[in-house]
Amino acid sequence: MNLDQALATYIAESRDLLGEMEDRLLHLEQDPLDGDAINALFRAVHTIKGSAGLFGLDYVVVFTHVVEHALDKVREGELTFDAELIAVMLSCRDHIDALIEHVSACGTVVPEGELPARGEALLDQLRQRLLTQASAGLPVDAESHRTAEVESCGREVSGDNWHISVRFGQDSLRNGMDPISFIRYLGTLGEVVSIVTLFENLPSFKDIDPEACYLGFEMSFKSAADKETIAGTFDFVRQDSLVRILPPHSKLSDYLSLIQMQDPASDPKLGDILVNCGTLTRQELHDALAFQQRTAADTEDHVAPPLGEILVGHRLVAEEAVNAALQKQQQIRENKARENLYIRVLADKLDHLINLVGELVIAGASANLLARRQGDKGLQEATSRVTHLVEDIRDQALQLRMVEIGDTFNRFRRVVRDVSLELGKEIELQIDGAETELDKTVVEQIGDPLLHLVRNAIDHGIEPATVRIAAGKPAKGTVSLNAYHDSGSIIIEVADDGGGLNRDKILKRAIERGIVTPEQNLDDRDIYNLIFEPGFSTVDQVTNLSGRGVGMDVVKRNITALSGSVELDSQLGAGSVVSIRLPLTLAIIDGFLVGVGGSFYVVPLDMVVECLELSAEERKSALERNYINLRGEVLPFLRLRDLFRENGKAGRRENIVVVQFSGRKAGFMVDELLGEFQTVIKPLGKLFVNLQGISGSTILGGGEVALILDVPALLQMAANKEMQVTAPFARAVATL
Amino acid sequence: MGALVKTTQAVDKPLVSHGSRQFLTFLLGGEMFAIDILRIKEIIEYGQVTPVPMVPDFIRGVINLRGSVVPVIYLSIRFGHAPTETTRRTCIVIVEVECEGGKLDIGIIVDSVSEVLEIPDSEIEPPPSFGAKIRADFIDGMGKVDGRFVILLDIARVLSLDELTMLTAMGTEKGTAVEAAGAA
Repeated sequence: MNLDQALATYIAESRDLLGEMEDRLLHLEQDPLDGDAINALFRAVHTIKGSAGLFGLDYVVVFTHVVEHALDKVREGELTFDAELIAVMLSCRDHIDALIEHVSACGTVVPEGELPARGEALLDQLRQRLLTQASAGLPVDAESHRTAEVESCGREVSGDNWHISVRFGQDSLRNGMDPISFIRYLGTLGEVVSIVTLFENLPSFKDIDPEACYLGFEMSFKSAADKETIAGTFDFVRQDSLVRILPPHSKLSDYLSLIQMQDPASDPKLGDILVNCGTLTRQELHDALAFQQRTAADTEDHVAPPLGEILVGHRLVAEEAVNAALQKQQQIRENKARENLYIRVLADKLDHLINLVGELVIAGASANLLARRQGDKGLQEATSRVTHLVEDIRDQALQLRMVEIGDTFNRFRRVVRDVSLELGKEIELQIDGAETELDKTVVEQIGDPLLHLVRNAIDHGIEPATVRIAAGKPAKGTVSLNAYHDSGSIIIEVADDGGGLNRDKILKRAIERGIVTPEQNLDDRDIYNLIFEPGFSTVDQVTNLSGRGVGMDVVKRNITALSGSVELDSQLGAGSVVSIRLPLTLAIIDGFLVGVGGSFYVVPLDMVVECLELSAEERKSALERNYINLRGEVLPFLRLRDLFRENGKAGRRENIVVVQFSGRKAGFMVDELLGEFQTVIKPLGKLFVNLQGISGSTILGGGEVALILDVPALLQMAANKEMQVTAPFARAVATL
Repeated sequence: MGALVKTTQAVDKPLVSHGSRQFLTFLLGGEMFAIDILRIKEIIEYGQVTPVPMVPDFIRGVINLRGSVVPVIYLSIRFGHAPTETTRRTCIVIVEVECEGGKLDIGIIVDSVSEVLEIPDSEIEPPPSFGAKIRADFIDGMGKVDGRFVILLDIARVLSLDELTMLTAMGTEKGTAVEAAGAA
């Protein structure tokens, strides 16, 4: 097993766990006594720590150890979560996150400078909490074992070290678990006083499987750590290895049962080993063996019962504690089972697959075209079946890339919490449609724009509590995130129930900034969307969070880059809604192929409403104006031929493709309608980053390149151009 | 669009011997130019180019190069000259240019490809400050071949992505005002 790979897995897993930690902490803020959440929290930290030990990441272990200890105290009820502890824990989570980042960047190199200093400061805070709240608590675990009463049959052994007995499972090495790393990790918890390696399971040289682990260890271990921590070291091998841990001053009978668990043939040998380890004195061993002989008749009962029962029987551990531990084990096992349902795949591999499927779609379309030209019925049938299958494969492949947006949404809980604390506003985040799926690439890139919108909603949208109460609204503001599908797109809404936008203020500012002219006749919707223009900000006071006039235009640009669009609707006094419309995937679209002059263009099919052929009469009237009468509706249209300066002679017919985009209809006048077409989007490349109106390209079955129209941008361009042409006249009229 | 000549950038071929470089020479508007062969990916026949609307004249369009979409530019318009007529010998030379975060393939249209020449460093003169009829910073040097001068192009400059995208942005702003590349 490649260690780098294992480390990468560790980092990925740790990030997941940190995400879970954050969720749990935010949940605990609402419900500080939720045992499940506390346990989950503990498990997360524990796993991060445990695995860090395996990789020798001591600096992670040192930090997480204290956090884990504190959480353990919470679990035992000695500490309770209050706002302050949650805040410290969240900071600790962030610090662990930073440490993991460091691991991913520098590996085992110990961080220097700010990072450890910050960690130390956090640890001090934690320790202080532990001291103040836990001082009245129980004595340290090791002490409690000392006070355990002495059983009639079992004298305490004199050594004050733990005794650990491990028989690694044969598959340990194959599973990437190197015994030495466990022993090294133990070294971080205390001191391994002595160790005896057992070779007895080693087969003869001829039969040795070099990948199998045959080793066992008997260790004498000096540590102040509690049993769970020590046992936790072996979490990863517990399933197939035999691990026995005996606390200091355990009763002889426990050692005896340890001895009895072994192969009878090796009994005396093991006894010797224990003596060699310094765990038992020769005298104690002698007594134990004598005791064993005395009770030979009923040893069977003692051997058979599971460890838990023996321990309870000896009143070492309260029954409750055992049950809790068992429950925890059960939970871990369930979690493991659930994890197994997923496969982690490198994103690159997936992308490659999608690319290949894309090529397959193109090749399939080309074969289909040829078959149709050939006119061979059988061939046509065969290719159409292949096409059908390819479409299925395409859908499945794309499905692989789909992720739920819920994770992205949940990240904002923390943002809302932090920002609202900072601003002193009380705000609740409401999430809907978390299960809505969209392309991974889109999800990754939508995070930043969303973050900005959420911050804006909190900062500018939600009013201070006093204002809210005066307006008759609940003091607690609500920011909601919602996602749903709408005709081939996904809509993400960021809404707040705040003050809404002030239409007149925006218009005034826009005129001041020269974004619009006073003569322009704008409806409310146009005015609200002015805030997405570069250099626009209406807040008089610049806050720490937003209001610097950069932002909304960046949001818009980022979303446009994802071939999406953004719109804002608002009602004064009732709040605002920002709707982001995004394509489901960036890789493949269903398109409608049209011909203009000698070139081909693709209109995204989800925007096409209908196509119509112009009659001779309509063509004549359409020469003078750029709108037609569509069943009583005014339909403005764009002549693509003029817009694109296509030469070549005009076709005999002219057709209009009617497109609909966010509630508005428009037409594109084209020469030819060529029908539906499935297309793999190929980006036009860096040379065309500034090109507007064309969102990409695709390769047709015949090898020609067709350009994909960016419908919203084209319509916007047409509107702007007309405004430029007519605005000077409007101004001239106004000055008369 | 079959490949006429295919060159690779593979380092295993010792293309560069000590003190001299190899250049691909080609004709454009009657003038002989040369590009360092290490910059050239392949040369293809001039074939079907899809025009891209609303871009400056020097961008001829895009082609399908075995499944990837590659932009093609008129070198002559980039030099500020009139576009040359397309003939049977017209070729597209695919050049690799460095850009932020990777490499980009760009095709350039030339009248005809001549040959691969090895020019010793001693035979390369510094560029003249004027008189070559193209921007001086486009010229890497003047190579002497059989008593004639060959203009060695600094192709990284000629195809500077920053400059090209800036020009494209201006072209887009002008919207439809751009003439249709004289392709007619």
